Order: sequence, then structure tokens, then C-alpha cells
Amino acid sequence: MTARRLDKGGRIDRSTPVNFTWDGKALTGYAGDTLASALLANGERVLGRSFKYHRPRGIMSAGVEESGAIVTVGEGARREPNVKATMQELYDGLSAEGQNAWPNVRFDLGAVNGLFGRFFAAGFYYKTFMGLPPFEWGHGTRLWMLYEKLIRKAAGMGTASREPDPDCYDHAHAFCDVLVVGSGPAGLSAALTAAEAGRDVILVEQDFELGGDLLTDPAAEQQRLDLVRAVEAAGARIMTRTTAFGLYDNGAAGLLERVTDHIASPDEGIPRQRFWTVRAGATVLASGALERPVTFENNDRPGVMTAEAARVYLNRFGVLPGQRIAIATNNDGAYGIAGELASAGAEVLLADMRNGDVPETPSGVTQKSGVAPLRAIGRSGVEGVEFASRSGDSWKPAGKEPCDLLLVSGGWSPVVNLSSHRGAKPFWNESLACFLPGETSEPIFHAGSAAGVWRREDCLASGAAAARKAMGEEVEEVAPGGWKNAIQPVYEVRLPDSHAKAFVDYQHDVTGDDVRLAHQEGFVSVEHLKRYTTLGMATDQGKMGNVIGLALMADALGKDIPDVGTTRFRPPYTPVAIGALAGRSVAGHFKALRRTPLHDWNLRHGATMTDAGVWHRPWYYAREGEGIEEAYIREAATVRKTVGICDVSSLGKIAVQGPDASEFLNRVYTNAFAKLPVGKARYGIMLRDDGIVMDDGTTWRLGEEDYLTTTTTAHAGKVMVWFEELLQSRWPDLKVHVTSVSDHWAGVSIAGPKAREVIAACLAADEDISNDVLPFMGVARITLKNGIEGLIARISFSGELAYELYVPAGQADAMMNLLWPAAEAVDGCLYGLEALGTLRIEKGHVTGAELDGRVTIDDVGLGKMASAKKSFVGSALRQRSELLRENRPQLVGIFPVDRSQRFKGGSLLCDPDAVTGFGEGWITAVTHSPALGHWIGIGYISGGAAAWKDKTAVAADPVRSGNVDVEIVSPHMFDPEGVRMHG
Amino acid sequence: MIRIPCPFCGMRDHSEFTYGGDGSIEYPPLDASKEEWHDAVFLRDNICGVQFETWQHTHGCRMWLVVERDTMTHEILSVRPAHPGLASALANEQEADQ
Ligand SMILES: [Zn+2]
Repeated sequence: MTARRLDKGGRIDRSTPVNFTWDGKALTGYAGDTLASALLANGERVLGRSFKYHRPRGIMSAGVEESGAIVTVGEGARREPNVKATMQELYDGLSAEGQNAWPNVRFDLGAVNGLFGRFFAAGFYYKTFMGLPPFEWGHGTRLWMLYEKLIRKAAGMGTASREPDPDCYDHAHAFCDVLVVGSGPAGLSAALTAAEAGRDVILVEQDFELGGDLLTDPAAEQQRLDLVRAVEAAGARIMTRTTAFGLYDNGAAGLLERVTDHIASPDEGIPRQRFWTVRAGATVLASGALERPVTFENNDRPGVMTAEAARVYLNRFGVLPGQRIAIATNNDGAYGIAGELASAGAEVLLADMRNGDVPETPSGVTQKSGVAPLRAIGRSGVEGVEFASRSGDSWKPAGKEPCDLLLVSGGWSPVVNLSSHRGAKPFWNESLACFLPGETSEPIFHAGSAAGVWRREDCLASGAAAARKAMGEEVEEVAPGGWKNAIQPVYEVRLPDSHAKAFVDYQHDVTGDDVRLAHQEGFVSVEHLKRYTTLGMATDQGKMGNVIGLALMADALGKDIPDVGTTRFRPPYTPVAIGALAGRSVAGHFKALRRTPLHDWNLRHGATMTDAGVWHRPWYYAREGEGIEEAYIREAATVRKTVGICDVSSLGKIAVQGPDASEFLNRVYTNAFAKLPVGKARYGIMLRDDGIVMDDGTTWRLGEEDYLTTTTTAHAGKVMVWFEELLQSRWPDLKVHVTSVSDHWAGVSIAGPKAREVIAACLAADEDISNDVLPFMGVARITLKNGIEGLIARISFSGELAYELYVPAGQADAMMNLLWPAAEAVDGCLYGLEALGTLRIEKGHVTGAELDGRVTIDDVGLGKMASAKKSFVGSALRQRSELLRENRPQLVGIFPVDRSQRFKGGSLLCDPDAVTGFGEGWITAVTHSPALGHWIGIGYISGGAAAWKDKTAVAADPVRSGNVDVEIVSPHMFDPEGVRMHG
Repeated sequence: MIRIPCPFCGMRDHSEFTYGGDGSIEYPPLDASKEEWHDAVFLRDNICGVQFETWQHTHGCRMWLVVERDTMTHEILSVRPAHPGLASALANEQEADQ
């Protein structure tokens, strides 16, 4: 191939040279080039090595279907493999290299794989590894481990950077009446028709210029400009460098906009790509058609490309891709380019595979009829072609011709991928030898060559018709076709019994023989064929090879193509970077993070934070020289000795209001709520329909029809949703309104013997929280010294005299600025989640770790809270026999037999005689108890504490610390009578 | 992506909603037998075709909706509020508009 840049012609800007490097070599192209056109103009032919056999590969096309010029672009963290050189715009400083080869694509040691080709035939993986049962644990796995490294090295698709992606990506959304995909004649015409009719239109083009096929016809430039200007004037929104990669339900389309991939040094504030979700009323697919090759020996040699590709390189990029050109075609489509190449100065031989009527031979072109390419001659580049002519059902050699470029046109395949995403099954059109888009009940319409319409004027009419259909009008279809002489299908050319390498799917190195082998081995369905041979599973998704593969399979089965069927296309049409799908949801934004109103105050006062679900909460407040263990043990001990303050703002808070609020809570909670007096709080447990515990918390009666229900932090959202469901769909007659007020209140727990003293010091002059005014479980509205109005409830999670104090979120700091000096004055402390855990474990209070969606109210030892006098949610199904079984795992406390030992959360509890399997129970939480002076835990064990009264259990932790003998005790390990909190 | 026409908010992406469950279930009264409750909670048809399901517009109006959806095509045939009073009020309003 002696490609060269012409002095004039094409759409490139010869006054703007663009420097780039290829495999370290400095080269120059022009503004308007793609990487492929610039490489071609520089005479580079071998651009890649094939997947399995490491065969040299060059440019095969000029578009998204490219299967040869697959390269790595960029350096360092921006290194991106598997870029199609045909789709990469050239920019100054672009650096690209060949991949899948060592030391380089021109001299690749891996090419010896070609000599061991039989190891890589279809089904090689299956036969070698799956064939050795049992695959999961036996022979096969070990062999696989051994071979995997070798195979991965030999068969690869380039390597990505291991560094974090330095670029940012955006998500964007849009709506429109009509989405038009593709800006060729049909797409422009569709967009114009719809926009002029007043519709809101989005026109999407994957190329960097509008016009599609018009871009490769210099004579049509004025027409192109007029159309584009008219579309703009009519108000359509136009997106270039944007691929519609998938269609989804209800008119949704996924688009990928490449914002800066063509810019040398983009502004850092601009995202590299945008992932658009467009919701369209109707969609017009003017996605074009792709020319397909023919399978023959060495049809993958650099210098073999589609006829259309030559047309693009000549007319759009001003590159004459060869000097001595052979063109092999089975349709009328290639005649135009033959004449254009001849006019540009090439010596052109046009070999038409058809016998019979063919178009007039363009001037300067030599034409032959009835011959097809049998073999490309040459190794790292085409040096000639051997032809074949028909001999009965087969072929026989018909002479050789030298050439440096072999163009092939085996027919055209409409791009039906997008409607196939929606389940529209493409159907085979015999006379056009292609799949045409299938029917769908959704408002999706095809136009132009995507609908098998070949001629430009018909495409314009087809686009307008599709737009009218998209607007709900009845219009006549433009019939597909348009060639004067019929296409004569030719999918493969080979001599009988030849087993030369002739490719169907270039990217995955699938040959015609592989397809026949799959058939021989009993694969009759196309879906199986695809998976066994991996045909159509590379990054091009079979854009070049699928139809040939089906044709060869049909031939082997003795069936017609429509009877073999086709596989369903899946999104994405072209590869989409994971970064674009992730958008801004990376690093710190990977998941939502909630902060309490006291977040900054906590940080200022030495909190070390931890993530608890979506919340960021204080973990412990270390003093000088303390680690986490010293800190939490000191904090827990201080609470029991003087007082501690803990941020509990993350608890769920739901206002339950209305005349039927009492009745509602009475149905939701297992215990009685109907008679809770105003000014009192009650601890409650709610079950799911199936009788399992959903959540627990306290509910405060603030007024006759006014309650505040608190939930655990973890279940706040779930409980709110549940209340709404019950009120809207099950009990619509109840007059109750529920409002989430979790974010409205900042809350702290003040716990310890000096809690009352500390709070009293912060109250407005006339306030009183003495035991008589605010007894255990009492609730009151209260005013602090600085006039802040809040709520106070005397409830205890720690087992100490304790209060929860809530003030409006905006007053959180002001509240703490009163409370904290008062607590410091009595040697109090701030305490975090770790000490909170210690205090509640000592008391055997349950939390999310225990209420894991598997336990009953009896399992947690609160069976007496289930009222026998009323029905409540879950009351029927909690009576299921399995849930009443005596020896169910029940909540217990756990002590090490040797009190100096410690054990870990997550350990299994086992019978000492059977430390195996799932054991008899499990440990949910552990802590060092400053009150008891040793490690304790809570968890579940069969039969509960009573069943293990005189029996030691083993806390088994086989993967971490080993086994510890433990004593099973009541979960109420500290102050079981609750003397302290009533004080 | 399914799009659901919320009777209160208009057409919205399904990511704004949370799927609930089978919308055809009539839950028995709380004092019904455990057998009745068993059937209501555990027995479900696996429908290939049109079914009623409940969705909540969690990131919108918070309303629970009964959605009639074809499980084969994701086509949504109807949407109404789960609250019967709201559903009939809405239907009356729509009738009045016509
Ligand atoms: Zn809504």
C-alpha cells in the first residue's frame, strides 16, 4: 500500500499541521484528520496485532466498525486502550501506540502463536478447562490457573492505566419531542421536517461533522451546508461527537458526548465526557449502514479494506489510499469510488463477483466480471490478489493480479442495533441481502440506509417520512433498495477443502473454519454459536462479521439465513467508559453522606468520625495520648461516674399527628399505645407483616393528637415509608398525618448520675426537671437559658439517669455551648458511638446489629411487650410454629470464662463438643466493659441463657483469633434491676 | 429505564420511585387468622404480562401508587393513587375537566 496525501481535496485544513506520535515516532497530519487518516497519509500500514494469532492488522474501515486499527491513545493515567483509530480525532501532541504486540506491531514475537493456531480454535477454552469435571473445585481449576496467565498474555486487547482516572465526567438530562440519531441525508431531512413543524428536536451525530454520507461527496457540499443551516434555523438542538449508544424503555436514550477527547489540553473545569439521558417522545433512527467484507484467505492483511473506507479517505481526508488498487464487489455501490480513485490518479481494477448485468464501467477503470477474491497475497501488506471464479457450487482459481490495496464490498448492513435494543427483531431481506429493522409498537422509526434505502434522494424522502410518522401522521413508506442491478450475495470464497485462515470476525480472530467446527460439534443455535466461537463478542459487537457468520452457519445447517435467525443486540452500540457511567459519583461522592447539625461542633471538640450507614458520626473523642480503646473505655466509665453527652441527631424522628394518631400507633406497635398520657414517652417495638421485628424506638406524646416517634438511625427511612404505605393503602380511613422531622431537630443524650444537674444549670429560670416534674419516661417542652425552645424526654439507652434533649437544628451549637461547660464543670465528657455501644451492650439493649430482619420479639427477650389484648401488625404471623419454637436462638450476654481473655464480634457460638458448621449461635457485638472490668458481648444462642446455665460455650473464630471458652449469661449484664436510671 | 406517570407529579423516571410489591393483594384485617395472613404475605403469582404493583414516589410526592404494568414490555397501562379516597377524588376531577 503506497498511500499518500493529495495536494488538494478533502475537508482537512492543510494550513494547520498537527503533530502527533505513533509508537514514539513523530508524525504530522492536518486539522480535520482522524488518527487513522493521518497514519494512512504517513504510509503506516501495520497498526495492530490480532487478538489470538498476533497477525499484523491495518486500517479496515473508516468508522465505528473498525476492527484492525485498534490502538492505545494517551499516556500515564490517561492511557486508554482499544481506541478505534478511525474514530479518534487528531489533535496536537496526541500520542498513540500499537497494542497486543511485543516489542512492537511491526515485529511481534507473539506472532509465533500463528504457528500454534490449532490451540486457539473455537471452543479451545471449553474443551481444555470445562471438559475436566468438576470444574469448580477439581482439575479444571488448577489447569486453568496455570494456563490463564499464559493465555492472557498471548491473547489481549491492550492494557489500561492502573492509575485513578484523572478526568471528570458529567451526567446530563434532556427532553425532546423527536430524537434523531444520525445526520446523514435522512437524519438531516428528518430533523428539518420535525423542527419546521414546531417540534422540539435533538439531532445526535457521533462524528465531529454533520452530514454523514454527504461528507464524502465533494459535489454535495452545498446541499449539505443548506440542509445543516436549515436544521439550525428551524431550532433543532444539534449534538456532534455524541453517540446514541442505547435505547431504553419509554423513549429513553443513552448518549455519550465526547467533550474534550479531541482537544490537546482541555480546560480542567470541563468534563471529558457527558453521559446524557434523553427522554424523547419519538425516535428517528437514521443510523446508516455499514459495508461488510467477504471471507477469503488472508482477508485481514493490512491493505484490505472496505470500498467505502477508500471513498472516505479520498474524499474527506485527501488521502489516496493506494496506487494500484483492486476492488472486489458484489453490488453497484463500489462503482462510484472506482471512478473517483481512477480520477485521483490510481490504477484501478474493478472485479465484480456477479455474472450478468452490472453498471457501466467508470472511465479509467479496468473491469472484470464473475471473479471474486480468493486470497490476498503478501504478509505485512497486500502485494496482490488471487481471484476465483465460480465452479458449480464452489470456486476455482482464476488468476492473480498485483495490487497495493484491495477494496472489498460484500454488501451493506443497515445499523439496526438501536431498535434491536428495544426487542425489534430484524428480518432478512432476500433481494437486498441484508437485515432490515424489525417492527416495534414503540414510537421508533427508521430512515435512510438504516431502513435499507440506498439512494440519496430516497434517503431524504425517507427521513421526512420518518419524521412525519414520529409526529403521528400516516405516511407512505419509502421502499428499501435503489440499486439498478441486484446484489449477488457472496459471504465466503474458498476452494473446496481449503483450511487457510479466512476471517469472519477480525477482532476475535474467528475464522470460517471456526464457524464450521462449531456446527460440526453440534451447535445449531446462533446464540450458542456466538458464545462458543466468541463471534460478535468483541468491542465492535460483530459490526463487520455477524452477517457472514450467520450466512456460514446457515450454509452448514443447510438452512436459509432467516431460519437461522440473528442474535439480539445489546447496549452499548459503541464502548462507553465506566467513568462516564459513574459521572460525579466517585471518591467522596460515591455515596450520599449525611452530617448531623453538630458535625462542626463535634470536630472542634476533638471527635474522630466514623461512617455509620449514610451518617458520619462521632466515634470517640480522644484526649491526649489516647487511642480508640483508651478513649471509649474512659468515656463509658465517665458516663457511669459523672455525666456524658452524645450526639444522637441521626435518630429517625417522625411527627405522627391527627385525631387517629393513637389508634395508628396502637396498630403499629406490639405494645399498648392507646392510653399513653400526654407528657409521657413509651418504648415500642414494631413488627413486619411476617411477625419479624422491624424496628424499635420511643414515642413521645406531646399533645392529644401529637406524637413524636423516634426510630433507629439505620431504619429511619424504612419506617417512614412503612407508615406512609399503611396510611395510604391499608388504613385510608385513619385521619393521621406523618411527617419526617429527622432533619429538623438536633438531639443529644445527656447520661450519667449528674445529668439532671448539668441540664438544670442550662435551663431558663422558671424551668424544673426534678424527679417529680419529669419522672422516668416523662416528656416536656422546655426553654433553655438563651431562650432556645426544645423538647426533653427522660429516657435511657445507657442505663443511667439520662435525658434526650432536642432543639431546632439551627440552634445545635448554641445548645452545646450551654451544656458542655456545665458538663465539664462536673468532670463530664463527650462520648461517641464506641462508648454508646459499650453502655448499651452492658445493658443488653438491642440495635441494628441484633434487629437483623431474622429475629422475633421473643428472640430478643421482649416477648412480654407483645400485647395479648389487641391485634397489631405482625400479630397473626408471629404465631407461626417456627417462630414459636422453644430452642430458637435467643438474645444472651457473653462473658469469657477466663475474664482476662477477649473474643470478637462475628464469632460463632458452639457447643464445646461440636465446634463446627454454623454452631449454635453468633456474637453480634463485643466491648470491654469498664463497669464489669472485662470483655463482654451480646449475641444469640439456641435456647437462650437458660439452656446454657451450667454449660460453657465456645466463641469460635476460625479465620481470625481462634476459640475462646465463654459463659452464657443474661443480656442484662449491668444493673439488671435498672436502679440507676430510675434515680 | 421505566418512566411512570405519577398522577400528582407527571411523567418521571423510575429512579424517583421505590417498588413496593404486588398491588393486587387485599391485606386481611389485623385480627384475621394466621392462615389468611400467610396467603396474603407469602403467596404471589409470577405473572408474564399485565400485573398490578405498588410503587412509592419516594423522591417526589411520597404517594403510594398502584401501577398496572406489562412485565414483558414494561409498558405502563394505568397509574392511580393507592389511597382509594384520593383515587376517586382524582377520577372525579378528571371527569370534570373533560
Ligand atoms: Zn409524585
